[in-house]
Amino acid sequence: MTTKEATFTYTLRLGDDALILGHRLSELCSKAPFIEEDLALTNIALDMIGRAQAMLSHAAELEGKGKTADDLAYRRPEINYYNHLITEQPNGDFAHTIVRQLYLSAFEFLFYCELEKSKDETLAAIAKKASKEVQYHWQHAMDWTIRLGDGTGESKRRMQIALYELWMYTGELFEMDAVDETLIKAGIAVDLTSLKTQWLNLIKNTVTEATLLMPDDTYMQSGSRKGIHSEHLGHILSELQYLQRAYPDAIW
Amino acid sequence: MHNEHSDSNFQSRIDKGEHIEARDYMPENYRKHLIRQMSQHAHSEVIGMQPEGNWITRAPSLRSKQILLAKIQDEGGHGLYLYSAAETLGISRQELIQSLHSGKAKYSNIFNYPALNWADIGAIGWLVDGAAIVNQVSLQRTSYGPYSRAMVRICKEESFHQRQGYEIMAKMMKGTKDQQAMAQDAMNRWWWPSLMMFGPHDTDSPRSSDAVKWRIKRETNDELRQKFIDKTIPQAELIGLKVPDDKIKLDEKTGHYKIGEINWEEFQRVVAGHGPCNKQRLDHHKLYFNQGAWVREAAEAYKQKHLKQEMQTI
Amino acid sequence: MNSDTQLDLWEVFIQSKSGQPYIHAGSIHASDMKMAMQNARDTYTRRGEGTSIWVVPSKYIVASNPDDNAMLFDPSNDKIYRHPTFYVMPEGAKNI
Repeated sequence: MTTKEATFTYTLRLGDDALILGHRLSELCSKAPFIEEDLALTNIALDMIGRAQAMLSHAAELEGKGKTADDLAYRRPEINYYNHLITEQPNGDFAHTIVRQLYLSAFEFLFYCELEKSKDETLAAIAKKASKEVQYHWQHAMDWTIRLGDGTGESKRRMQIALYELWMYTGELFEMDAVDETLIKAGIAVDLTSLKTQWLNLIKNTVTEATLLMPDDTYMQSGSRKGIHSEHLGHILSELQYLQRAYPDAIW
Repeated sequence: MHNEHSDSNFQSRIDKGEHIEARDYMPENYRKHLIRQMSQHAHSEVIGMQPEGNWITRAPSLRSKQILLAKIQDEGGHGLYLYSAAETLGISRQELIQSLHSGKAKYSNIFNYPALNWADIGAIGWLVDGAAIVNQVSLQRTSYGPYSRAMVRICKEESFHQRQGYEIMAKMMKGTKDQQAMAQDAMNRWWWPSLMMFGPHDTDSPRSSDAVKWRIKRETNDELRQKFIDKTIPQAELIGLKVPDDKIKLDEKTGHYKIGEINWEEFQRVVAGHGPCNKQRLDHHKLYFNQGAWVREAAEAYKQKHLKQEMQTI
Repeated sequence: MNSDTQLDLWEVFIQSKSGQPYIHAGSIHASDMKMAMQNARDTYTRRGEGTSIWVVPSKYIVASNPDDNAMLFDPSNDKIYRHPTFYVMPEGAKNI
């Protein structure tokens, strides 16, 4: 595996995370608890899709096969998508949406601050933009977690369930394989080992302030780095890819 | 004591082109008319998120997905501006939404039609937003200050909506046979409902005269409709779309297009609740409103618990 | 218990560039200060309109009563000596 090949895979993974989470968040349009929150969630979705476009453009360039970001977003088979399992989980109720945002935005906040130092200049530039966006996503998720955890009995119960149910997808965020190792040596990728403790602290502090309980250690789901997904991804792709697959000659 | 609280003084202020502000004297019917019109307008923006929302997850490119999301978000924002403007008249957003759910308040008929293929997103932007903006530009000069200010902001933001819709239509008309067929199909289904958006003919519109007298409405239904027809037909022809009306004719003398007869029976039927999507649109709004109740209650409860703390930091 | 509301009404003021005045942009609903700030940002600065935001609960705005307009504003109409053009400068005076 050359550095370039590894960077391609690495960038593709980051692009897929943004693409699939952006897809899930965009499903919420016109479904938020009140209109201001609808606008807020859409802003986050737009940040994600913008980042997906930047990452996938870069990936297409690294691949060097003349493809575009859209080719990568819309024309791959399911097994070639590498987004984390947590990004493809259904929105569920508002508590699940917020907890998914809590886990992910805390991770991305730490991750993109680090990625700003990447020796791959394009990745560093995307990271610089993303870390500002993600800081806001984190603030939004944290505030809602505290509000809902310390709100009514019902909101507390729903948040606690969501914290437990999504916990098993958080282990995967810190997995690394040969791609990461090659690129860490080259100064391109982020070493996730050091992020884990920081992430856990961010989550713990927020969960405690929200008067909620941290989930117990549990078996952590895994597979996305190899393209093995939950059943949800197939349905996402059947919508995402519909027009591109049904009319392969069309330009949109 | 002067006659500041008289209807004649109010009318003379209107006639001088002054704006009326929330705390100024206004006749009760003026207030009622405004609440009805502004809430209908706000509900239209919010319900209007649904037909386009139907295509967000199937948008065919990353670019088009971002544009569509941003556009629908704008519509939510515009609903919000208008609810807020209506609230200055002493009615709460909660009450406005209740009237929508009870069927007392209406929204634009156009959103009771379905968005069936991707070209519908083009047609909605180009025709529906195109029709709306003709009306909205006129409303920037409406006599009620908060309404007028909301409309100024809305018009500024809406300017890209119609262009993105026309761009989709133009692209599809330049595309494959399938794409052209989709575009023409969308044109066929959205043309007439767009014309109906301006409401009944002036001769059949009972409330129009008061609204014009009070300068809530600055131009009549038929005047606005004609403006829309005149600018849209050449745009359709330019990209090779056929307007689904055999009777269209340009009157060389006036420079205006004449069109065939609008099917007012269909209009009345959809207003009465029998459009293809009336029930679906309202059910969607009620469903997510109800699903959000626990979140709003929790936010309220959190505030109650922490309000004292928050006030001390003010 | 029916405690469902659409949250509280807040007024939003946006400064478009540093040094410029804060101008009323519109209103939003929110239940607390943090939410008000975020909702104001998400609603009124989507197109790079702002460099700074003020939010204030609408109930704390005190507005003048239109009935008092004559009393409040008319008396200043004839105080023309508050305007520079009121004063006669000698022919040829510069930079004043």
